[in-house]
Amino acid sequence: MSWIGNIIVAVLVAGGAYVWIWARSNRLWREAMRALVRRRRIALIVLGVYVLIGLLDAVSWVGGDGVQGVAASEARSVIDRIFKPSIFREKSYSEPFARVEFVGGAALTFPGQHVLGTDILGDDVLYKTLKGVKVALLIGGLTCLVLIPLALLFGVSAGYFGGRIDDAVFFVMSTLASIPNLLLLIALIMALGKGTLQVCFALGVTGWVGLSRLTRAETLKLRELEYVQAARALGVSHPTIVMRHILPNLAHLVIITFALLFTGLVLSETILAYLGIGLDGSWGRMIDQARNELSRDPVIWWNIVAASSALFILVLCVNLIADALRDILDPRTLRERA
Amino acid sequence: MLAFIVRRLAFGFATVLGVLFVLFVLFFAVADPDDMAIRAIGERASPETYAAWKRNHGYDKPLLINPEYDWTAIQRYTDTLLVDHYERMLSFRFGRSDSDDTPIWTRIREGAGPSLSLTLPLFILGLIVGITLSLFVAFFRGTYIDRSVLVICMLGMSVASLIYIIGGQYLIGKLLRWFPISGFDPDPSVIARFLAIPILIGVLAEFGGTVRLYRTVFLEEVNRDYVRTARAKGCGEIRVMLRHVLRNALLPIITNVVLAIPFLFIGSILFESFFGIPGLGALTVEAINGNDFSTLRTIVYIGALLYIAGQILTDICYSLADPRVRLGAEASG
Amino acid sequence: MSDTTTNGPLLSVEDLSITFPLDDERAPVVDRISFEMAPGEILALVGESGCGKSMTALAILRLIAKPGRIETHSRVVFDGRDILRLKVTQMRALRGAGIAMIFQEPMASLNPVQTVGDQVIEALRLHERVSTPAARDRAAEIFERVGIPDPRGRLKAYPHQLSGGLKQRVMIAMMLVVRPRLLIADEPTTALDVTVQAQILALLRELREELGMAVLLITHDFGVVNELADRVAVMYGGRIAEEGTRAEVLGAPRHPYTQGLLRSIPSLAHRGETLTEIAGTVPSLGLWPAGCRFATRCPKVFGPCNAEVPPAVRLSDSHRAACHEIAHEVRR
Repeated sequence: MSWIGNIIVAVLVAGGAYVWIWARSNRLWREAMRALVRRRRIALIVLGVYVLIGLLDAVSWVGGDGVQGVAASEARSVIDRIFKPSIFREKSYSEPFARVEFVGGAALTFPGQHVLGTDILGDDVLYKTLKGVKVALLIGGLTCLVLIPLALLFGVSAGYFGGRIDDAVFFVMSTLASIPNLLLLIALIMALGKGTLQVCFALGVTGWVGLSRLTRAETLKLRELEYVQAARALGVSHPTIVMRHILPNLAHLVIITFALLFTGLVLSETILAYLGIGLDGSWGRMIDQARNELSRDPVIWWNIVAASSALFILVLCVNLIADALRDILDPRTLRERA
Repeated sequence: MLAFIVRRLAFGFATVLGVLFVLFVLFFAVADPDDMAIRAIGERASPETYAAWKRNHGYDKPLLINPEYDWTAIQRYTDTLLVDHYERMLSFRFGRSDSDDTPIWTRIREGAGPSLSLTLPLFILGLIVGITLSLFVAFFRGTYIDRSVLVICMLGMSVASLIYIIGGQYLIGKLLRWFPISGFDPDPSVIARFLAIPILIGVLAEFGGTVRLYRTVFLEEVNRDYVRTARAKGCGEIRVMLRHVLRNALLPIITNVVLAIPFLFIGSILFESFFGIPGLGALTVEAINGNDFSTLRTIVYIGALLYIAGQILTDICYSLADPRVRLGAEASG
Repeated sequence: MSDTTTNGPLLSVEDLSITFPLDDERAPVVDRISFEMAPGEILALVGESGCGKSMTALAILRLIAKPGRIETHSRVVFDGRDILRLKVTQMRALRGAGIAMIFQEPMASLNPVQTVGDQVIEALRLHERVSTPAARDRAAEIFERVGIPDPRGRLKAYPHQLSGGLKQRVMIAMMLVVRPRLLIADEPTTALDVTVQAQILALLRELREELGMAVLLITHDFGVVNELADRVAVMYGGRIAEEGTRAEVLGAPRHPYTQGLLRSIPSLAHRGETLTEIAGTVPSLGLWPAGCRFATRCPKVFGPCNAEVPPAVRLSDSHRAACHEIAHEVRR
């Protein structure tokens, strides 16, 4: 159903614009953003390119250009339409920019046009790599959509209300944390199924404990601050205090952890793909499928190099940005600037 | 101190019960005993054979409430899979594998050795490399040595572990042909050859994150007031790093390190399957592929037990190492 | 200036500048200050937070951490040698032995995982060859001298087991065990209770008598200055505003800043009057005015104050102040 993807894109773009406008109105955030752009211009640009590709692949619609080999009701994205995968293919392997097939030497249908070569099925590797961008962004983004609210809910209530609630949450966190992550993940996926939504949900449910611990500790500290106590003395209700005083001060923590979680998730998807429970079209899948090609002679390298490089660059950029953010959003420096 | 240990043990036990509950929900909600019986024996056995199989594997009781008894009898609630599950796990009677009937405990015992032979050297080597390198970098903080190592760490952390393994196998096994790509032979004279690549790759893959982490810990200590005092006394930089910074930084490092010890037994799913090492990780993969829930359940349970034990151990080690916790405050004078 | 003995001053700070990077330049936190100390005298370096007095103290021991830097035109002459030019090994031999320093927060300044006895013994061992039992004896001795009850027993204590006053005594013991000629005390009593403060100050005075050592006392508390100091130097904005004997600076201050400071201290003599304050706040680094640092807050500001650095005017053999207004007056 193409319209879900389109709606999500619209929501994301609108949400992004809203956050952008709000951040610009807040002096601290504006300065933080400026500092970030100054220090990590290249990483931000590259990340932007990735996001753009992901968006282009998310916007899809049915019909239109009479390409053969495509069912009339199949929704195709912008990337699909540019690359026309049903036509732009070969029979099997071919090297990047090659004019002949890798095995056998027969002439190619599109000689010299496959920038990253083709894989075992003849699909253009560049096309597959670009398709993987959306999947990677999904893994990181969708999972965090589940994970972050869950972590905040547990962490903040434990830290803010303390007492029995804290004990209960602590117990739940300990129990979940005691079960080896990968095993719990596998068990959940076996129970829920292997679809994108289920995998992201499972990843979210198994990963919230770390962030929760952080927010709990931070909330404990924030709760003791004088202006919070003053608000309580004035009779401000709990939900308002949490929304106005606690959550905004957790923002820096959440942002940095989000970046780190993102990279961790995308990297761990490769392991899931190896175990057979990865997401369709992801780089992890590509790597898993291409794994054995390295042992052939002569070696087939372009498939796995493309997927790993795309993954590496994305993770590196997010890591660099997270690092810079950690310096910029350090509460000490934030306070000094204010 | 004793009260502290007792409290930790009690909490640990409560956590174990919680874990067992989660496991119960996960596995028994997913697995249908009839399906499992069919998968194990085949489709054409008689109903008695199925029943016998189910009885052998402990699947012949209802989940939560046993309707065979009336509501006043205690057995209505205790003669169930739930209670059974708890009973067996807590008494370490793991039963037999769902897929091939072998006793689970035997498989686990057999697998622990090979797993340890990989994880233990990996762990120790990684620790040594990590701490010395980060001490070195902390000593040279701010210089181009520091910056270059940081860049390398950042790059290293951004590569997926899968790529390290595949790349490493290709490079060392195929191109350079120094060691065999995979396989395992417990014979002490040749075991090192098979473990060489996985250990090398393992240390390489971990190195980025570890060095960064420890560097941060060391740098936090280096900037503390007591270090300034030590310098004011006349301590040289090297002495400052080793006698003052390291000693204090060990506290948070110990937490990390001791916590990792339990997982040494579980083995690495990834490494063992890639390198053909018949440890517990490989056993896990086998169980997943064969839908062998009872084995999987047991492995996860043992993993949780070890982790909880590790946490308790960490707390104890930490309180032994930090005189502030060990002795408590007795401000006087 | 000061009453120098035939051997010359013990410590002579000349043109000391300490800079920190700010945007693309380096801003001076301490700007060309000069002062001297005679053997055995107590000089108090007074000022508000941010005036550079702690930095000055750290610079003397060359403990300024990057990105701070002591500018090359500075000289710090101790016992005839410019210690800013010493090799690192020589400097290390000096630290703790010739010049010692005690810090403000004794809890944070003591190694939490080492017994206090070991920390004192380490200080000793760094400079003298002593056997372990002899070192322990010396440590117990100095503990007793600084007033720590049950000295031998306390050797095995950890810092967190001691009260604030005891911890500070440990610091003093640790730094004095090798009998330095100069002790730099950076706000030694600020973190302590008032009663303990008095004890520590009395201890410092006794030790000065006994060991004949000079004390550079860094503080913002004029009460402490009054208790202990022979001479006083008032700092503002990284420069010395006024310097003189205690009687001169506290009794008859000439610099507008000193006058403002002293006037703003509540006292019984002025009970019932409005508390005066110095207008404005201390500008942050990089926003210092050109010319006299105090120009933006000075009640007597006039022409040259905003443009030129005020010269140091000698008001007597021991008293000087850096102020255009005083220079102007003196010239008349």
